[in-house]
Amino acid sequence: MILKIVWENVRFRPARTLLSILLISFSVTSILTLVGMTRGFLDSSRQRNEGVGADILFRPKDSSILSSLNGAPLSEKFVDQLAKEPHVVAATGVTNQLIGGAFDSVAGIDQASFTRLSGPFLFLQGHELEKPDDIILDQYYANQRHIRLGDKINVLNHQWNVVGIVEPGKLAHLFVQMPRLQELIGSTGRVSQIWLKLDDPRNTEGVIDQLRSKYKDYPMYSMKDLESLYSVDNVPLLKYFTDTVLVSSVLFGFIVVALSMYMAVLQRTREIGILKSLGASKGFVIGIILAEACLLGIGGTVAGISLSFATRWILNTLTPASFPQSIVVIWWPRAGMIAVGGAVLGSLFPGLLAARQDPIEALAYE
Amino acid sequence: MNEATPKSIIRVRGLRKVYRTGNVEALRGVDLDVPRGQFLSIVGPSGSGKSTLFHIIGGLTPPTSGEVIVAGRNVSDVGDSGRTQLRRKFVSFVFQKFNLLPNLTARDNIRTALFIAGLPARHFDLYLGNILDLLGISTRLDHKPSELSGGEQQRVAIARALATRPTILLADEPTGNLDSQNSLAVLNILRDLNDQLNQTILMITHNAEAAGFGHRILHMRDGMIVDPA
Repeated sequence: MILKIVWENVRFRPARTLLSILLISFSVTSILTLVGMTRGFLDSSRQRNEGVGADILFRPKDSSILSSLNGAPLSEKFVDQLAKEPHVVAATGVTNQLIGGAFDSVAGIDQASFTRLSGPFLFLQGHELEKPDDIILDQYYANQRHIRLGDKINVLNHQWNVVGIVEPGKLAHLFVQMPRLQELIGSTGRVSQIWLKLDDPRNTEGVIDQLRSKYKDYPMYSMKDLESLYSVDNVPLLKYFTDTVLVSSVLFGFIVVALSMYMAVLQRTREIGILKSLGASKGFVIGIILAEACLLGIGGTVAGISLSFATRWILNTLTPASFPQSIVVIWWPRAGMIAVGGAVLGSLFPGLLAARQDPIEALAYE
Repeated sequence: MNEATPKSIIRVRGLRKVYRTGNVEALRGVDLDVPRGQFLSIVGPSGSGKSTLFHIIGGLTPPTSGEVIVAGRNVSDVGDSGRTQLRRKFVSFVFQKFNLLPNLTARDNIRTALFIAGLPARHFDLYLGNILDLLGISTRLDHKPSELSGGEQQRVAIARALATRPTILLADEPTGNLDSQNSLAVLNILRDLNDQLNQTILMITHNAEAAGFGHRILHMRDGMIVDPA
């Protein structure tokens, strides 16, 4: 009977119910979108690293997963040295530089060695880098910025000629010749990271052990290690950002539900008086309010999950390079628990108020 | 344990009620005995204290002092949960404004009362069939209050009040929102219930004609019963 009363309550005021569900769903959507963007960014980075086709990544001392996006502290001579190591069949150095806005970066490559390692770019339009000021974009970046072949674009306060648009999935969204990028960022002769390809991937661990003994303090990872590093927990900035927005979303949801339920209690003052005149206990009244909050929380969760598909479509259509969003199913129950928990907590105070209402005053309420 | 006299289902002695807001003394020493099965009408002008008396007997508000024994329970001694139990098991209300839950059908309004009283759903069919026929609302049970006339709503309210088989039915201006035809019908129903089920009824009314349906009429003024019979 309680479920019937609760169900009829939410049906009786469809506008208020819909508004509450929508407001709760904003919290769920913001959580799922944020988590999806974080995952999307990491997945995209991981996939592009895998697209390089290397077996080992060699990094400068004291570098982290994100620091490789910016600056070039590693001497280029390491590339030649590492290329001569046993089992290494190809090596290429890459200079990365953030170009502002999110985590977009441009990769300076040595096209010959890069192609030897990862194979040729899959050109949708145009051709390879030929001149120092040529730039190649992947399709995501070109679409996001509405850039066409032959356009001139400004990156790092420098004019580049767009000579090629390629399939996404290799290292970065923008590629230029390494010497010009090194010159622009004042790192001539230096690279951000070095990718190594082995004669057989099964030799990876052995080669890493061998390199570690020779190049102490230089981080180096197999692709498997690298994949495991691409999680939110390994990126303090992302984790802090994610946690902050999660807490904000929970607080927002809590306030929304509390206000919504407070309004519901006010609107239903007379009905609560009727229930109390029938002998309903405080627990019964609180139970109805909490059950209604649960129902709104579940409705908000379902709506929020649905809306997260909409945000994914929007982000992946408008900003596929900068803000790719994934659907992270494992977060659905978590977001649901946050929404329902917030709804229940938010409705506790209005529920207690309702339960404590004087039945005579409640019955006189117009 | 305090008991009403064997024949009294309600016993009130020296009842006073002072509302803290405005320091209003609504009842100033009321004495009253209501035998089981009696249909008692209480009349009086606004502010005479009849609604306050009704609310205290019904366990909606506690008395300030005095003794109030309803169905063998001393309302003066019990707390909020005790008064809730009283409303759930022993007294039922019929209000001037019907006070049906607007989002539920007539049937579900009645079932809600059963549920709160802890009675099984089958009680609805076992016990209520005759009453619903008597009230003439058997075919209107699947309608919501907004789809019912005032007279029908009040009949549903009466059915809901009787569903839990209360010891006492408290009716507060039950015809106050009805036209004369529906008023007469509701008053006849209350009298029939009293006659056929021996239902104890306390009715508050402004209307002298309505009061005449009771076995006994009490007049109240300035928080006191002025002509106890």
